[in-house]
Amino acid sequence: MNAPPVIVIGNGITGITFARNFRKKSSKPILIISKETPYFFSRTAIMYVYMGHLRWEDTQPYENTFWEKNKLDLLQGTVTHINPKEKNIRLSDESILSYDSLIIATGSIPNKFGWPGENLRGVQGLYSKQDLDSLEDYSASTNKAVIVGGGLIGVELAEMLHSRGKKVIFLVRENSFWNNVLPKGESELINQHILEHGIDLRLNTNLSEIIEDKTGRVKAIRTDSGEIISCQFVGLTVGVRPNIDFINNTDIATNRGILVNKYLETNQSSIYAIGDCSEQQEPQTGRRSIEAVWYTGRMMGETLAQTLTGNKKTYNPGHWFNSAKFFDIEYQTYGLVAPQPTKPEKHFHWKHPNKNVAITLSYNENTKQFLGINTFGIRMRHELLNKILCEKKSVFYMIEQLANCNFDSEFFKTYEEKILLKFNQDFNTNIKLKKKSWKVIFNNIIS
Amino acid sequence: MKLLQKIGLGIFLIGLSLFCSLVLLGKYKLNPKEFQRVIYAKGIKSELFINSLNTSLVGKEFSEPFSFSLHIITAVKEANKIHKKNREWGKVIWDKPHSLSHDVAKIAGKGIVKENKFLFWLLTFGLGILGSLLYILPNLILLGPPGIKNNGIYFSSSTNRGFLGWFVFLFLVTFYIVLYFFPDYIVNWTYIVDPISQSISGNLASQWFLYGFLYCVVMIVMAIRMYIKYRNNMHQILRTTSVLFFQIVFAFLIPEILVRFDKPWYDFKNAFPLDYDFFFSWNLNSLISSGGFGIFILVWGIVLTLVIVPVMVYFFGKRWYCSWVCGCGGLAETLGDPFRHLSNKSIGAWKLERWMVHSVLLFSIVMTGLTLYSYFTGSQNVIGIKTQTIQNIYGFLIGSVFAGVIGTGFYPIFGNRVWCRFGCPLAAYLGLIQRFKSRFRITTNGGQCISCGNCSTYCEMGIDVRAYAQKGQNIVRSSCVGCGVCSAVCPRGVLKLENGPLENRFFSPEFPSGNSFK
Repeated sequence: MNAPPVIVIGNGITGITFARNFRKKSSKPILIISKETPYFFSRTAIMYVYMGHLRWEDTQPYENTFWEKNKLDLLQGTVTHINPKEKNIRLSDESILSYDSLIIATGSIPNKFGWPGENLRGVQGLYSKQDLDSLEDYSASTNKAVIVGGGLIGVELAEMLHSRGKKVIFLVRENSFWNNVLPKGESELINQHILEHGIDLRLNTNLSEIIEDKTGRVKAIRTDSGEIISCQFVGLTVGVRPNIDFINNTDIATNRGILVNKYLETNQSSIYAIGDCSEQQEPQTGRRSIEAVWYTGRMMGETLAQTLTGNKKTYNPGHWFNSAKFFDIEYQTYGLVAPQPTKPEKHFHWKHPNKNVAITLSYNENTKQFLGINTFGIRMRHELLNKILCEKKSVFYMIEQLANCNFDSEFFKTYEEKILLKFNQDFNTNIKLKKKSWKVIFNNIIS
Repeated sequence: MKLLQKIGLGIFLIGLSLFCSLVLLGKYKLNPKEFQRVIYAKGIKSELFINSLNTSLVGKEFSEPFSFSLHIITAVKEANKIHKKNREWGKVIWDKPHSLSHDVAKIAGKGIVKENKFLFWLLTFGLGILGSLLYILPNLILLGPPGIKNNGIYFSSSTNRGFLGWFVFLFLVTFYIVLYFFPDYIVNWTYIVDPISQSISGNLASQWFLYGFLYCVVMIVMAIRMYIKYRNNMHQILRTTSVLFFQIVFAFLIPEILVRFDKPWYDFKNAFPLDYDFFFSWNLNSLISSGGFGIFILVWGIVLTLVIVPVMVYFFGKRWYCSWVCGCGGLAETLGDPFRHLSNKSIGAWKLERWMVHSVLLFSIVMTGLTLYSYFTGSQNVIGIKTQTIQNIYGFLIGSVFAGVIGTGFYPIFGNRVWCRFGCPLAAYLGLIQRFKSRFRITTNGGQCISCGNCSTYCEMGIDVRAYAQKGQNIVRSSCVGCGVCSAVCPRGVLKLENGPLENRFFSPEFPSGNSFK
């Protein structure tokens, strides 16, 4: 009899990164199970398929022959139960599969908060391939769409629908877009940009009810102010939660997500949880216990692959970084920039008077240590920023290195002098910009 | 606005239909006097040919170019057959039959088009340009705030190999076949650009002048489209301006002006081996016989290929040529931009590409070797192979069919860089330097890649950019023409074209940045 394989549930970035890195160091059999799609695809690219930028196959980072070539077995199926004692899992077709180790990487599902009518036809989140398909199905009969929830998926969905000529009403509970993450000035910049694109952005607005037509499809929504807005589609983008309902009746310990220690182990031996579905019991200081982003999922996959190939590692995601695009504005962040800084964190903010370009530096008021940066319309060099953060440099050093940190395409207009001018005024300093130096840029990569 | 676009499209299609139908307008009648002039100018000594045409063609009126041409082609072939059989080499007509027929038709053409050159220019080029601009300019508003909008590219039949795509493919292929192999059918097209040709070079327009003029017009119109589409991106704006400048000034104006001053027609930026007949004996002879200036061109051509090109590739990558200077690249980056995503990204296509493009490079080098051997020794055969035959095969297969018919005709099917990727010997040469000795690379920005696939999809050279970016690796590929569109379409700011030190050029971390597991 063959040895049972390492089974990975979920073929997203997390599960696949694990499997690839595991395969580099071990020849043990691996089976990757997904109920969603036969092959790994980039979830973040879903929007581009709807907008007609990409075909579905373009979202798949590996050719279909890749999996067999690397002996990564794929199975499309739904896991319904896990039996840690017998070390096996059950699928929806009642088949039982034994595992050597089990890696749960099932990602997230969109939140719903019990709104009346939230299960009507034409009401959905945007997360999975199935969501994309159903959005496409409703699309032809949609002229007007309401999006509920002001986060990254919300603004993406707004852009998607807008690109296909739909009228979009965007309900945001907060008084400014994504202001639980972005500082005020930046959040307002995005508000303006969303409006500029012709999206009907309604701040301070909650959804009360989704109203059904005679066929069981949405025909309107009612807001908390009592306004009725007719629409044929409602996008619920009020965040995601770990996709763990299928393990609720097992002995695997969960809270909001599957609880794991710093080695990504669950409370059951040989069972691990990584990515969006996992919850850190002891998150690093300044970090959340669940971080549902691409990069953390990837890093957990990399880490666990080391552990399971005999090189035990703790999960240590390093300095936070992320990026996004709000319609035409690119956003990058490195380190920590609080939306509302509390002592001793303080912010330096610069915004171009009439362009969508802005930057925020956060630093420790007392020590002047550089803590993090947000940029809008400016690309930054990840490796160098990471180094500056690791070496706990001062905000003065950071501002001096702006040119080296810039990662914009060649010939782009740079704003470093203008930023520095305001910085010197604010801080009463006389700092000069350091000229771009390959030595500085590459020393970082070498070290 | 949308209505304006529809009107524009309508006007463009009217202009295009008129342009096509010009072929059937007017009459062809060769007078005895004109025929004498042709015989004299071409140095024709075949009495068989002359007699045959005197009975079948001269003095007769033809209402379309096809039967007119057929008489000449038949006469040439039959006369040559007999002369060759009788070994009367001096009487054989060595001109390509359709080229000879073109020169005759150009003289014999009569009627409405020839008499109203300017009017028909307006009705064809004029309407075409007006219609295109009406279609393109409203995008300034329709596309919304600045930012690249590839919306709906895969829904449109013209850009997703749909019915319209195949139609454009057929149209372009037909156009190139006629242009290269049946120029005698399109003398009416050349009439409408005669005044322009005469004002620049002083000569009447040949089909090559027509092509050069059309090339420039198409590039200008489509460059305006580029300026609107990429108006948030200074890199793309400058690059578009550069290819436009080199096409109009270097490939079109300077060579024609040289002709006006009795100098050889020469495109100073067209480097060997793309300029594959540079070392052909007729070209060498013409250069050497035109004095100091000819010698200058000869030296320049050699220095360009052996010194300037490699040194520039070392400092900037092959992009300085392929996507800032080259004419083929210029058309690909303007007319071809709507089709860039159609290039095949598979590993199989990459393999095929390496075999093909390097074979063409080898072919061109071998052919040139034979050519130079024949030139210096005077021997027309090298180890039993006739140099002329090799040159003809290369000229037909690579120079015409690959670079023209396939290179541009296949835009709507295989993307806009089919020639540059699979066929251009100069690109292969630059690629080798770029791969092994150049400061150029595309830097991947640490761990920011989300594998979305926009970079790979919009890479016209079919490079799977994402495969590198998602691993945090720098991208160093011989085929990369450095157009910068991967960087432009990346939603997360992951890619940057850079010229930097050689060490670290192939930077390839074990893991993309970010992870600091212990």
